[in-house]
Amino acid sequence: MKAMEESTVLDAKVLELNMGPQHPSTHGVLRVKLKLDGERVVDAECIIGYLHRGVEKISENRSYIECVPYYDRTDYIAAVSNVYGFLLGVEAMMQIEVPKRAQYIRIMMTEFSRIASHLLWLATHAIDIGAMTVFLYCFREREEILKLFEALFGARLTTHAFRVGGLWKDLPPGFVEAARKFIDEFPERVDEYEQLLTKNRIWMARTQGIGVISGKEAIEWGLTGPVLRGSGVRHDVRKDRPYGGYEEFDFDVPVGENGDTYDRYLVRLEEMHQSRRIIQQVLDRLPDGPVRGKAPKIVKPPVGEYYSGIDGPRGELGYYIVSDGSAHPFRVRIRPPTFISLQVLRRLVKGHLMADVIAIIGTLDIVLGEVDR
Amino acid sequence: MIDFLKRIFLVDILKGMALTFRYTYRKVYTEQYPLEKPKLAERYRGAPRLNNDPVTGETLCIACDLCAEICPEDLIVVGSQRDPESRKKVLTHYTFDTSRCLFCGLCQEVCPTNAIELTQDFELAAYDRRSMVWDRKRLEKGWDRIDFGKDYHK
Repeated sequence: MKAMEESTVLDAKVLELNMGPQHPSTHGVLRVKLKLDGERVVDAECIIGYLHRGVEKISENRSYIECVPYYDRTDYIAAVSNVYGFLLGVEAMMQIEVPKRAQYIRIMMTEFSRIASHLLWLATHAIDIGAMTVFLYCFREREEILKLFEALFGARLTTHAFRVGGLWKDLPPGFVEAARKFIDEFPERVDEYEQLLTKNRIWMARTQGIGVISGKEAIEWGLTGPVLRGSGVRHDVRKDRPYGGYEEFDFDVPVGENGDTYDRYLVRLEEMHQSRRIIQQVLDRLPDGPVRGKAPKIVKPPVGEYYSGIDGPRGELGYYIVSDGSAHPFRVRIRPPTFISLQVLRRLVKGHLMADVIAIIGTLDIVLGEVDR
Repeated sequence: MIDFLKRIFLVDILKGMALTFRYTYRKVYTEQYPLEKPKLAERYRGAPRLNNDPVTGETLCIACDLCAEICPEDLIVVGSQRDPESRKKVLTHYTFDTSRCLFCGLCQEVCPTNAIELTQDFELAAYDRRSMVWDRKRLEKGWDRIDFGKDYHK
């Protein structure tokens, strides 16, 4: 009784607050249990699994050809990269030769998907922090990329982009011109975003020094992609373990210095420029020829295990495929980059203000479809 | 000193404002969707259709069951019967559950006669789940749009 009298509202030191799963700034259905001391975050706990569909288990009951469309739906923002990672693994297991033209188109579309993904990240990250205009501009450019996807793949978001051994169909007429037009205009558009954000004092105040993580610590947490590169570690699967013909193209890997939210923003903006450079080289050197190699009708990889890791827009996206020699994979394990970078959220938000939590969730660039799978 | 003046006169924010102001005089990008239909790509994978031979009007489907085999969601059911005279398989019924469809396009890819095809129609909303399972008659007709009349969107 005495204790009850003594504890008033003013005495309550730590308040527990649920953020999500319906909170618009958590980019999906992420629930964060925050422990707050006033406005300061003392502790945070992520609760995931609201979007779990069991994609890995579904794959075990489908043939190699049939399970490809499901990987569109793990990371639905960059569906093209997801399919690419899985098919590279299957093709390596079966030693299928992919024609040069198909390889080039695959690289081009993966880089387009990286740009589209980063644009969506910038749009939502900016609107979380309060910059509404950037959101509208980014979605306009993303729309142009989605139109290219629609023309080539036949769908905008869940593209089912590539097939075993190459592509479904060759480029449609007018595609190269449309792609060229986009990449010619694109640097101008990025300059517009920069004009709105990079030197804006509100943006700088909200992002500089927020969610700092050092390079060494980022490696220890297993981070990859722009989050790791923002901390100054030059790690990119495209450079370290080139796959699918990336070694033929010339591009830089941008890195940040301080490892804060602002640096990760700058890294992602520069990555869009580098992706544009790769697309330009592809368009200049696009060879003629078939787009689908000799692939058997029934895909049956030999008994064995294979890991294929690619550099998706959010980091290293890996597929660990175990084959027992049948037409169905024995086991597919997806290494989702954002599942791993979400673990660091707890470490990053400690000591920050409540309003910075959404900035940090935004900068990790999580997609819940991929986290929960 | 210059930095200080820039801070006082809100130069960084005014630059952003100038950009947004310029957009006032640019072409509007927004698509007025229900009023004007978007132009979809030729390859767009939307509502399914079971094609008939344009000359004879008979179905192109030879009931080979490949689409039902490849479908990841197993949502296609092909019913067939052997014609006792010609010993040929004849299609009796064909259902396609659009509520479970992934729109991956594998069915139209494997079809040897281009009978099943995913078309540009994308307005697949229905009032109940049962009407999302399309039978042969509906698949052959294609999707009929609900016409609300001209004044509906005003």
